[in-house]
Amino acid sequence: MSRKRGIPEINAGSMADIAFLLLIFFLVTTTMDRDEGIPVRLTPWSDEPQTDIKDIRQKNILEVLVNINDELLVEGDYMRITELRQAAKDFIDNNGDGTCLYCKGLQDQTSSDNPKKAIISLQNDRQTSYEVFVLVRNELTAAYTELREDLSKRKFGKSYSELDKDQRKEINSSYPQVISEAEPVKL
Amino acid sequence: MAHIRKKKKKELPPVSTASLPDIVFMLLFFFMVSTTMRDVDLLVAVSKPQVTELQKIERKDLTASIYVGTPVKAELYGTEPRVQLDDQLGTVQDVQAFITIKREEVNEKERPKFIVSLKADVDVKMGLISDIKQELRKAQALKLMYSTSSAGNAERMFEQMSR
Repeated sequence: MSRKRGIPEINAGSMADIAFLLLIFFLVTTTMDRDEGIPVRLTPWSDEPQTDIKDIRQKNILEVLVNINDELLVEGDYMRITELRQAAKDFIDNNGDGTCLYCKGLQDQTSSDNPKKAIISLQNDRQTSYEVFVLVRNELTAAYTELREDLSKRKFGKSYSELDKDQRKEINSSYPQVISEAEPVKL
Repeated sequence: MAHIRKKKKKELPPVSTASLPDIVFMLLFFFMVSTTMRDVDLLVAVSKPQVTELQKIERKDLTASIYVGTPVKAELYGTEPRVQLDDQLGTVQDVQAFITIKREEVNEKERPKFIVSLKADVDVKMGLISDIKQELRKAQALKLMYSTSSAGNAERMFEQMSR
């Protein structure tokens, strides 16, 4: 019997144990929670009260109020939150002045001129609950998302999520998302 | 021939575990890449609202989180909703300084992409949220995210409202 010469092989049997130890460490100390949410853009701070809102014609503003009892008032009428999405879509897509060629709106003269001019103003009370506010915000975002999705299907024949950067830009500028969150007032 | 047959009759060789470390390492790397370190211990209870229109935050390192909710230790901090910044409870007035510091930590080139994730509880009133928003505007941190979780579909989202 002749022994092999040279360096003996290192026993790698404990390698698995070490790796398991590391694995368990990472399992315990890390989380997998993804951070998701509704993105908003705030307006820069200015000490003067905003005055430019007067330049916008009243019919181009969709007023959404949420009061202390979490009730919804859209353009002066009570509305259930389940109807808000459609109301917002009708408003944005209205195409009152007929310049929007991709819109399918009713061309109601008392509603918005075109999507580029349409502004949604969201106002709430200081006692409105955050949950309802976020849900309303979600519905308004959803209205834009649905309109963009629809236009993307008609124009490019595919879903908005499959578009490349330039195509997305084009769709986004066709339906620019203008939602203004006003400071809370007493409602 | 007989000699060889004798050898074949022996028992099955033990299963080689040589590849076990490789498998475990593979799992390890998966977890290292797909997870993040647990950043803070929550001092306030936050149950996020559930919605359908979600967008993911791509870069967690460019994000600062603000937690708003009722303190977990009610006997110490009371039951009024409070603001948690990093590891401690603060007030609305601290938000501006906190955000400024957080933004300083971000690489200058990527500072415009800096985003604030507002993790507020469903029962918080909008007054507090608005105050925080004003502070963020003063701090010039204009990208905000209402942190939410997924509701799956619209029906389930409206259900939570009715309770």
